[in-house]
This record gives sequence, structure tokens and C-alpha cells, in this order.
Amino acid sequence: MQTRAALQKTWIYAVLAVSFCFFFFPFLLLLFNALKTNAQIIDSPSSLPTSLRFGNFKAAIEEMGYFRSLWNTFFITSASVVLILLFSGMTAYFFVRNKTRLNDSFFFMMVSSMVIPFQSIMIPIVSIYGRKLGWIHDQPQSTLIFMYIGFGVPLAVFIYHGFIKSVPLELEEAALMDGCNRWKTYFKIVLPILKPTSVTIGILDVLWIWNDFLLPTLVLQNAGKHQLTLPLAIQVFNSTYSTNYEKFLPAVLLIVLPILIVYLFAQRFIIQGVTQGSIK
Amino acid sequence: MISEKHRGKRIGNQLLFTGPAILIFLAVILVPFVYGIYMTFFQWDGVSSTMPFVGKDNYVAVFQDGKFWQSIWLTIKYVFFMVILVNGVAFLLASLVTAGIRGQHFFRTAFFTPNLIGGLVLGFIWQFVFHNVAVNFGEKFGSSLFATSWLGDEHKAFWAIVIVSVWQYAGYMMVIFVAGLMNVPKDIIEASTIDGANAWLRMRKMILPLMVPSFIVTIFLSLQRGFMVYDVNFSLTKGGPYGSTTMASMHVYDKAFRSYDYGLGQAEAFVLFFVVALATVLQVYFSKKLEVEA
Repeated sequence: MQTRAALQKTWIYAVLAVSFCFFFFPFLLLLFNALKTNAQIIDSPSSLPTSLRFGNFKAAIEEMGYFRSLWNTFFITSASVVLILLFSGMTAYFFVRNKTRLNDSFFFMMVSSMVIPFQSIMIPIVSIYGRKLGWIHDQPQSTLIFMYIGFGVPLAVFIYHGFIKSVPLELEEAALMDGCNRWKTYFKIVLPILKPTSVTIGILDVLWIWNDFLLPTLVLQNAGKHQLTLPLAIQVFNSTYSTNYEKFLPAVLLIVLPILIVYLFAQRFIIQGVTQGSIK
Repeated sequence: MISEKHRGKRIGNQLLFTGPAILIFLAVILVPFVYGIYMTFFQWDGVSSTMPFVGKDNYVAVFQDGKFWQSIWLTIKYVFFMVILVNGVAFLLASLVTAGIRGQHFFRTAFFTPNLIGGLVLGFIWQFVFHNVAVNFGEKFGSSLFATSWLGDEHKAFWAIVIVSVWQYAGYMMVIFVAGLMNVPKDIIEASTIDGANAWLRMRKMILPLMVPSFIVTIFLSLQRGFMVYDVNFSLTKGGPYGSTTMASMHVYDKAFRSYDYGLGQAEAFVLFFVVALATVLQVYFSKKLEVEA
């Protein structure tokens, strides 16, 4: 019995180790090759670097405007997520506590809208906000944030709604008795209770917006180079015919790095948040 | 339920609390959705100030657009393999990292990593792997499988997209399965072991039926993501070689924003929407039935 269990354990480790290699060798290759010259990358991509060319990183940072794009990505992501959380929490709270026919039908509309994939409304979005209203040309970044709020609200309201239903009414009633108005009651009493839910939604939305590509391509297409987010900025290195790997690979690594650093410290929260958010 | 006594106050609070979210939701999702339906009856190149009414012409054109149907079939084929492989690999990994071995938390964290990085960047990393590393490996060791770039061959390029998608999503579905497996009651598993049920029997008769709710979630998520694939498709193959790996989303994008045929593009976008809606509704319907039986 003892040996069978040990054998089983060996098998589990073997399969896990093989899978682990499959999951991590692309990252390792990226790391090794980012430090080589173009010729070395093409001749021997699987060997360890013989010299460390940190100059590659400097060139990549300059050419893609790395810090500018990093800031843009950070700004757009955080502004969108904060506003999604703020507006959705308030709305969901009001939907739960004031069950009118109007509120119920708006809630129903939001929930059903979640089946609409982005690709099936991207063409009218570009038509309305580009050609017709001109927002995409005048205010690309603010328009992008505006859209993220629109796309983020339904899921956030849905998740908040599910949680607020379980919050006991007594607390709020007591607060109202003591002379708090609705506004104060929400921000002082309800919102703090919603903190775990806010963290869950926040994590889902940060991962989505930080890495999003299609929507920013459409909204920032005419914006200047200094307005781009990271996934757009890296396009300068990627053309169909030739790719300058010497700059391209460091650029990819630089994009991946900030997220991996955050993951290193917040992995438990992130995995929990994603799981919670998907099961609901 | 709490309700304000004064009517004015009630309306004021309604606007204050729900106004911004509802307004932006309507402007970003509902209005474009309705306007999208309207657009399909017009011809527009995205620039000109006139938009001639063409009636059902765009829908007729959808059915005549062979490239579009080719992309739909390719997407369905991709979704078929991707959903099976993602869920299979994810379930296997989930069972291994919940077996109670040392370091299982580390493995969970590691397998989830690709999900932190967008499909675009993942595609770029693998483009390098398929284009350079694999070819170099093939030349050195004389392996004909890798001697030429997978991304230059239409069949292998398709499988390259499937492989990258499995790599991308397996860890995500794994954490959902892990959450499900943790909820399988330990005592019934122990009881069945004492009663002499072997691992295979336990898996088939107890664990799998209890995991049906998790499978509903993961299959739903992978179906949706699969049908809408764009980022990996774009960064890995750009639809090539010679348009052979252009999936439906990319076809719709190109129709509107490269061929400047907004009306037709939008009509095709709606057809895609119906295909996806049908697939997900069928999936949820059949798996709910399974859940009742279990």
C-alpha cells in the first residue's frame, strides 16, 4: 500500500513537471533571447546568452515610448476601474433596495447585455463615436475610459447585486434613523461591507483592461504616439515582413514584467478574485 | 426595501445613484446594438456623408461571401478542439494539484500565469517560439516536423493557434475546477474507498457528477472566448498564410475596417453573434439536463 501511494505521487510529480516546463519554457526563451544580438537570436535561440546586452532594453524603451505607454495604460486602467466600481456599486445598491419596475427592467437589460460580444457592436461604436460624434478624434483616452465603463458596468452590477441582497437591512435602517441620508448610508455603511466584492470585480477588470487590445486599437487608432497603451505601442516592432527581435523581445519582456511583479505579491488575491468572479 | 417619502427626493436619488451607470451603459452598449441593426440595411464606407439604403442586400451578400463562411467553419473547428483540449488539460491539472502533494500551491500559481498576460503578447511570445526556436531546433536535430515554420503552413498554423489557446486558458479553467474539487465532500470519497471503489470508479461515479456545475462554467467561458478569438489570431498568424487562418472576428474586422464595407461587416457580425448565442444556449440547456440527472 505504501509503495503504491509513493508510485502514484511520483507519477503526479512527473506529469506536473512536464506541464510546468511546457508552461514556462516560452518565458525562459524570452528572457534568454532578450539579452542577445539579432544574429545570436536567429542562430541559436535556445542557448544561454553569452553576453548581456542591456542596450537592447534601452533601445526598446526609447523606440516604443515605454514609460509613456506604461503610464497611459496605468491611467486608463485605474480611471476605468475606479469609475466602474463607483457607478456599479451605487446602481446595484439602488436596484436592490428600490425594487421598482423601472429598476428591475434596467437590471434585466444589463444582465442580458452580457451575451453581446464586443465584436458584434464594434462597428457601430466606431461609426457613432468616430465619424458621427468625433469623440475618438477629439478625446481618444477619455472616450476609451467612457467605453470601458459601459462594458464593465453590467458584470459589476450583476456581481454587486448578488452580494448586496445578502446584506442585512437593519444596519441601514439604523443609520437612516440616526439621520444619515441615502448617500451617506451607502458610502459609510454599505460600501465598506462590499469591500471583498469590490476587490473581486477590481481584479477581473484590471486584468481585462490592462491587456485589452481590440477596443484600444479602434479608439486610439488616430491618436498620437504619446497616447498609446502598451499593447498598441509594441506594434512598432512587429511588421509582417521582418521583425527586429533584438528590440521586439525586450519590449515583450518589458510589457510582461510589471504584471508578473504584481502577481508575485498578490497571487492569492488574483486567483481567488478570478475564481469568484467566474463562478458567479 | 427603503423608500423616500418625498417624490422629488426619490427621483433625485434615483438619478444620483443609477444615472451615470445607466446612461453610459445605454450609450456604449444598447445604442450601438440598435444602431448596428439599422446599419445592416445601408451601405457605408465609414467616411462618406451619404449612406444609401440597400434593404436586404447586405444579408444576401453575407450568404454569398464564401470567405466569411470559411472563417465561420474554421472558427467552429477551432472552438471544437480548443474547448475539448482546454477543459481536458485543465481538469487533469486540477486533479493533480488537489491530490494533496507538496508544492501544489506553487503549481497552481504557475499554471495560471499566462492568464495575466493578454492574448496579444502571448501570441507574440509564441510567434517567436514557432518561427525561430522551433525551426532552429528542427534544423539542428533534423526533425522534419519543425524544419519549416509552423506559422507558414496553413494546417500547422491552425494547430499553433489551438496550442497557444490551450496554453493560455488551461490555467484559468484549472482554478475553477480546483474550486469545484475542493467542494467535493471528503467523507463520501473516503467512504467509497473503504467500500472498495477504485480511483477510476470514484472519478466516474462520484467526482465527475459532482463537478458538472464547474464544467458548465468552464465550457461556457471557453466557448465564448473561443468564438470571439482575435488577439492570438492577430499576433500569431495575422490570419495567414494567405488568409488560411482568418477566424470570424478577424474577418468581420477586416470587412469593416480594411475593406471599408461597414454594412456588410455589421451584418456578418450579427450572424456571428447568432452563431455564438445558439452555441452557448444549447450548451447551457444540455448541461443543465445533465445536472438534473446527476
